[in-house]
Amino acid sequence: MSATGGVDMSREERILGIIETTRAKRPRFKDDHITMSHGAGGKATQSLIEGLFLPAFESESLRELGDAGAVEVDGAKLAMTTDTFVVKPTVFPGGTIGELAVNGTVNDLAAAGARPLALSVSLVLEEGLSADDLRVQVEAIAGAARAADVQIVAGDTKVVERGFCDSIYVCTTGIGVRDPRAEMSTRALKPGDRVLVSGPVGDHGTAIMLARDEFEIESEIESDTCSLWPAADALMGSAGSSLRCMRDATRGGVATVLNELARASEVAIVAKEADVPIKPAVAGASELLGIDPLYVANEGRMVAFVAPEAAEAALVALRAVPGCEEAADIGEVKTEPPGMVLIETAFGGKRVMDLLAGDPLPRIC
Amino acid sequence: MKFVDEFRDAELGRAVAGEILATVDPGRHYKVMEVCGGHTHSIYKYAIDDLLPENVELVHGPGCPVCVIPMGRVDDGIALAQQEGVIFTCFGDMLRVPGSKGSFLDAKAEGADIRMVYSPLDALRLAKSNPDRQVIFFAIGFETTAPSTALTLMRAKAEGIENFTVMCSHVTIVPPLRALLDSPDLRLDGFIGPGHVCTVVGARPFEFIPADYDKPIVVSGFEPLDVLQSVHMILKQLAEGRSEVENQYKRVVPYEGNLKALEVLGEVFELRPHFEWRGLGFISQSALKLSEAYADFDAEERFEVPGVRVADPKACQCGEVLKGVIKPWECKVFGTACTPERPIGTCMVSPEGACAAYYNYGRFSQDREAV
Repeated sequence: MSATGGVDMSREERILGIIETTRAKRPRFKDDHITMSHGAGGKATQSLIEGLFLPAFESESLRELGDAGAVEVDGAKLAMTTDTFVVKPTVFPGGTIGELAVNGTVNDLAAAGARPLALSVSLVLEEGLSADDLRVQVEAIAGAARAADVQIVAGDTKVVERGFCDSIYVCTTGIGVRDPRAEMSTRALKPGDRVLVSGPVGDHGTAIMLARDEFEIESEIESDTCSLWPAADALMGSAGSSLRCMRDATRGGVATVLNELARASEVAIVAKEADVPIKPAVAGASELLGIDPLYVANEGRMVAFVAPEAAEAALVALRAVPGCEEAADIGEVKTEPPGMVLIETAFGGKRVMDLLAGDPLPRIC
Repeated sequence: MKFVDEFRDAELGRAVAGEILATVDPGRHYKVMEVCGGHTHSIYKYAIDDLLPENVELVHGPGCPVCVIPMGRVDDGIALAQQEGVIFTCFGDMLRVPGSKGSFLDAKAEGADIRMVYSPLDALRLAKSNPDRQVIFFAIGFETTAPSTALTLMRAKAEGIENFTVMCSHVTIVPPLRALLDSPDLRLDGFIGPGHVCTVVGARPFEFIPADYDKPIVVSGFEPLDVLQSVHMILKQLAEGRSEVENQYKRVVPYEGNLKALEVLGEVFELRPHFEWRGLGFISQSALKLSEAYADFDAEERFEVPGVRVADPKACQCGEVLKGVIKPWECKVFGTACTPERPIGTCMVSPEGACAAYYNYGRFSQDREAV
């Protein structure tokens, strides 16, 4: 880039090379304590998963680092996943912690190409929680399960003393049947593949941030929480074996999904900022807070990687799914530089879009 | 987004880039410093330097409020945060800045009650809702954020809130700029002036740059077109042999500044005789402390503060980066020992820090086009 003024370009290149080598190594978990960054879905989370959990739990299915793990029982191809929900506030515009808990797990199955069948629901309740608040969540869980057409078949309840949890935590585990139409893998991306998103990004995270009332910004932004099985179904139906991989863009947002996949498949991904659908209200709030919506969590947005010849048909099929009308093609898989995500800015330049180190923090000025 | 997208118009950008190309002397190398971290962030975020000719070099300046906080100050803050009954509050950027024994985020994990706030008023609100606790706000930033701290203190005083104090680490921009201009190891041709600071102090305080050092400065907005236009205005001054203070950010910055805000600053703060800057050392009259009238709200008066001085880590070259003497990637530990996940230096922490901006956004040479 011209900022280096052409001075000793080779040295800069060399240093960049060293950094890339360092980055490509499996991250190690070297921290003394768990900090909030370990839960943010960025690099600290990655070091925890790949540096501590994977080596300890080593299994073929885990190594894939997919949204759900593959299990085979007497020839039946199943997928299994689990997720814990600790969101605050528990009721927010567009959803509740109960709906999130159902949809989150349903979506992890859907992204793995599995039709969701059954869920278990575990509740951790804080002493003193009002029965009405609990009822709201129980009804939300039941409603979301009906909407997603999954059964709740098991559950557990624990109550902890006041102050030991924040009103209610929900953990759901789900199983589904893997759909034979698609053979997907995080390592399957090939140069030329297109990157699709199923709708506008950043709604959920922005709605939660604003619902916490810390900013005194009034808006009508609602969480996008919904089941992604219809989207997954449409993608598999239209692209079949040309569908390389799907990902539910939750914590860490679309940018994190792209980074994880670029690393797993050892390819480059180039996204076009101008093509990423973002609602004006979300763009406005992000602008004020100094946060990039591409890193903001979604709870009902799929990112799909499709072979070029099937991309158009997949996009058409996706747009026909209710709630996915604004699905878009946002970029392309390339060869170089492997493991990296680049974004073409709307202003005409190009830059790296890396994993975040921790939570996206609002800038101070 | 209305009134924002207009300043991100790629076609207009290319047009200004064309004018810049027509203005520069191809035989000359230009070094232009963007003083403010907000500009550094914009330049990388929008890849603005892709549009500049090879011989126009942007040099990152000292204007990132997080980057200039020395390690000892973080240690002092942590010591306060660990005192019994204290709720310690600061901006999110500050949480990851390393002290000599870890960051605020580490101290929080070890049990200190440290909370991120978005405005000093949030900290005051915490004090009101926790009357049995002492709430301390760690105030950082240049003249841009100082008025909000001042207004919060005025409100605290008016409402007689006794459990609220401020650990003031506000700094001012003119003294480090003077120090930079006096520094022999740096040759700069002009400055992109700190637009946000100027909304408060105006453009007048920067008149010394053309008057005493014969260099142009253009007060600039933060959108990509603003920055490009400002670079063009600086190059034009150079081409015409002028050096003046010009205001590109007229839609926001009045030449005389915000008189109300200045009045508030004058009432609540006074200049510290000295303040230590990360990598730059002590600079006299370069920071603010609470005035006599607000001494009761000064955390450093109310609590025992160790006042430790910690030398910057040897390997870290933040000082040279802050002065624009070296590029982020020229630092010995850049990207290897010092990364955004494990920062050694402050410049690697804030998104406005030159190293973090380069690491996160720029770590890709345009010559290595994606294929």
